[in-house]
Amino acid sequence: MHWLLKIRKRRALDRDLSEEIAFHRAMRARDAKCSVTDIPPFGNETQIREEMHDMWSFVSVETAWRDACYGLRGLWRNPGFTIVAVLTLAIGIGATTAVFSVVDGILIKPLPYPGADRLVGVSQTAPGFINGPKAFNCSPSMYFTYREESQTFEYFGLAATGGASVTGLGEPEQVRNMNTTYGTLQALGVQPVVGRWFTEADDTPGGTNPDPVIISYGYWQSHFGGDKSALGRGMTVDSVPRQIVGVMPAGFRYLNVEPELITTARFDRNRVFLGNFYLQGVARLKPGVTLQQANADLGRVLEIWKNAWPGPPGGRQTDNWQIRPALRPLKQDVVGDTGNALWVLMGAISMVLLIACANVANLLLVRTQSRQQELAVRAALGGSRGRIAAALFVESILLSLIGGAFGIGLAYVGLRLLVRIGPANLPRLNELGIDLLTLGFAFCASLFSGVLFSLMPMLKGAGTRMAGALRGVGRTSSQSKERHRASNVLVVAQVALALILLISSGLMIRTFQALRNVDPGFTRPESIQIFRIWLPFSQVQRTEEVARIEVAIRDKLAGIPGVTAVAFSNTVPLDGRRVWDPVSVEDKIYAPGQTPARTLRFVSPGFFEATGTRLIAGRDITWPEFHNHRPVALVSENMARELWGAAASAVGKRIHEPGPKPTWREIVGVTEDVRDEGVQFNAASIAYFPAVIENGYGNPLYVQRPVAYTIRTERAGTQSLLTEARAAVWSVNSNLPVFLVSTMKDLYDQSLAATSFTLVMLAIAGTMALLLGIVGIYGVMSYAVSQRTREMGIRLALGAEAGQLKRMFVGNGLLLAGAGVVIGLAAAAGLARLMKSLLFGISPLDPVIYVAMPVVLVAAALLASYLPARRASRIDPSEALRLE
Amino acid sequence: MPKQRGGGELVQGTLEMLILRTLARGAMHGYAIAVAIESRSEDVLRVEEGSLYPALHRMELAGMLISEWRTSETNRRAKYYKLTAAGRKNLAAQSTNWNRLVLAIARVMET
Repeated sequence: MHWLLKIRKRRALDRDLSEEIAFHRAMRARDAKCSVTDIPPFGNETQIREEMHDMWSFVSVETAWRDACYGLRGLWRNPGFTIVAVLTLAIGIGATTAVFSVVDGILIKPLPYPGADRLVGVSQTAPGFINGPKAFNCSPSMYFTYREESQTFEYFGLAATGGASVTGLGEPEQVRNMNTTYGTLQALGVQPVVGRWFTEADDTPGGTNPDPVIISYGYWQSHFGGDKSALGRGMTVDSVPRQIVGVMPAGFRYLNVEPELITTARFDRNRVFLGNFYLQGVARLKPGVTLQQANADLGRVLEIWKNAWPGPPGGRQTDNWQIRPALRPLKQDVVGDTGNALWVLMGAISMVLLIACANVANLLLVRTQSRQQELAVRAALGGSRGRIAAALFVESILLSLIGGAFGIGLAYVGLRLLVRIGPANLPRLNELGIDLLTLGFAFCASLFSGVLFSLMPMLKGAGTRMAGALRGVGRTSSQSKERHRASNVLVVAQVALALILLISSGLMIRTFQALRNVDPGFTRPESIQIFRIWLPFSQVQRTEEVARIEVAIRDKLAGIPGVTAVAFSNTVPLDGRRVWDPVSVEDKIYAPGQTPARTLRFVSPGFFEATGTRLIAGRDITWPEFHNHRPVALVSENMARELWGAAASAVGKRIHEPGPKPTWREIVGVTEDVRDEGVQFNAASIAYFPAVIENGYGNPLYVQRPVAYTIRTERAGTQSLLTEARAAVWSVNSNLPVFLVSTMKDLYDQSLAATSFTLVMLAIAGTMALLLGIVGIYGVMSYAVSQRTREMGIRLALGAEAGQLKRMFVGNGLLLAGAGVVIGLAAAAGLARLMKSLLFGISPLDPVIYVAMPVVLVAAALLASYLPARRASRIDPSEALRLE
Repeated sequence: MPKQRGGGELVQGTLEMLILRTLARGAMHGYAIAVAIESRSEDVLRVEEGSLYPALHRMELAGMLISEWRTSETNRRAKYYKLTAAGRKNLAAQSTNWNRLVLAIARVMET
């Protein structure tokens, strides 16, 4: 109602002013003794009126409202222009918003734990450990020392995630399990919805009986129907009877895992040692403690730890590893290395938005030009330069807000799509959505684009030379130099931005090609089936029995029709379960603790046949050797070359795993290198031992209780094979769940997922940029042609060749594209360095891409300017000249 | 801006001061103000309507003047402007300032 009142007030004001002015003129007429009509009118009454209005009302609000209404009407009258501009903006803003919501959800938003800024991931580095991993997890002994000695941790806990088999609730079932000490849940600060957390008593061996277990909300719903009586019920997890003590809230996640069960890790103080770094540590810092302080404190605690525990079996190798604390924000653990790719994407998409803005600016420029007369009339009627500029500005903002509204819709659709095509290892994907911050971002992006694309036409429109425009100069003469220059600048900028995007997507394509060309060390991954089983100690105590069951299952699997090779091993390539240890070599003496680490793989005979890994020298382990526990081994080619210079010279040499009084194991074969941690990483240096060894790590018989079966068959990935494989496993032991079923191809694709995701996204951005760029060039050239129709007519009439005219326009287009290419190349060369960590096997200045992409772009520009040029050359001179 | 006959604008802001001074003698309508300034300046200063009314409104908004509709000497409704206390204070301040300025300029010009 407020504005209604204001309008009424304005009417009154208008009347007042008219009366005042009329009175003034009447008085002047009386004094001059002439009629009122002889009195010259006030200088510019409209201007006075506007000035008064502005004085008496909330100027900004009211004029903005009037301009908005006016602008809306203008946009409505020009549906063609409006639709194109709104669509262009919607695409630009929508894409930017979608990617922003990903960046926000993954990188900006705090983790879904209360006071997440005080959470840190606890890991260590060991620069003294040759070949060792970059970051170490924690060992059980650290749990005791860190908890007892740290002065900066409020809570500290260790956890490991993995599978667990549940029996006693229907069919044996494999579930995602989080095995944790007291402290992890307390640090994360997520309370159970029903029941209780673990207590300190829970993680002391023999502390609570039976062992407690906390279940997830989903598990509670699916297995107990959300019944509170589930508390106190028993279930058997990995053959250990446990009692349910709590239910976590829906959506609880530990880092990137959504555990269905949370079980207690119980370490025996008298049996832990310095090694065995397999646990992830999480700590909540005391309020006010900085990361540096915590790291410094942990450095002190580590010194205590080193002297508080016995070394791992076989000596204190850790003494020279220079273990140091490496606390970092927990978010870093969750986000991993996707951050860089996301920022590059954000940059790329922002460029698309800029290109879209340039396009709209160009459209507006054209529109302003064709509105010269209207603007001139407004100026003549007393519209000040500022007011006209403001009106144009409001109109642009209006346009951008409408575009932004559609953009949010597009972003919503795009996000759904993104969640679907996004790689499984993109963290926190399920937390994505359009929230207030994203809406705010879309709004700001719209305003920003509105301001950006309105600037140029606004300056031009406000500077209209009134007299010329009124006479209609804009219509009859060739277009003004100024406008020409403005749209040329826009086109050059567009081409440059588009080229940057094309080059970055080109670099990703080349990276992907390079990755595909890497020999991963296995063949035809689509016909390799993998699944895991686990024989927990509680179910099978005797190691001989473990070995017997594993071999029996292998034999059963080998009998399945279509299976050409079967083997089992503790890990398979690319499964992310790296097992490493220092491996001693008979003829190399290392200083204590200086023995380089190797990846260890414990395999059955036939493993290399199943994976398709070539033997470079020597032979595979034989079954008689395997059954008789002969001390044999294989090594990877790179390890053989490193130690003995050539693959063949490794055969006959002896190595051993760490442990007390180890057995030397003779190398019988050398395999080709395997990209064990992902195709983009260097091939691991691997030592292969039989899956059953005598005197391994101080055990009379060392076996692998969790094992992966690798099956080579054309039927890999089919349901029928899986059914038969399960039957084979259960015919040997009906209590064994089969889990983590995949083909090697799945693992291979997963290792490329981050790259292919970045590639797809950049390709989309690049294509959008190219299309928008072409539209931009086409628009500018078409407009130039339409403006110069008369000139063309004169030229043709004076005898110019049609081809000559065509060349002139195409030449113009190419000149603009060329300028854009030069700028774009320079900018791309500078920016591509930011992508370095995403690239593989090519330089950020890859010559192929830096030649090919400009060619693509120039070809597109050629086409975009040829079409309007052809139109120009077909102008009929008599028609063109009669046009006026 | 009041203009000197034959062109030339006077110092910025002097119109407001002249209006204040003129109204110090009592309430007047716009036309009377214009005539008063013209006659007292012996026709050297001519007040443009395009400046006068915006100035009057501006000053009213600033609280220096108040206005009311009254019947004029010609029996027509006219808007009369009157000084407020703030207007008086403003006039005093501006006069002092003005006198100082004129003296200063005069001294410069004499030498």
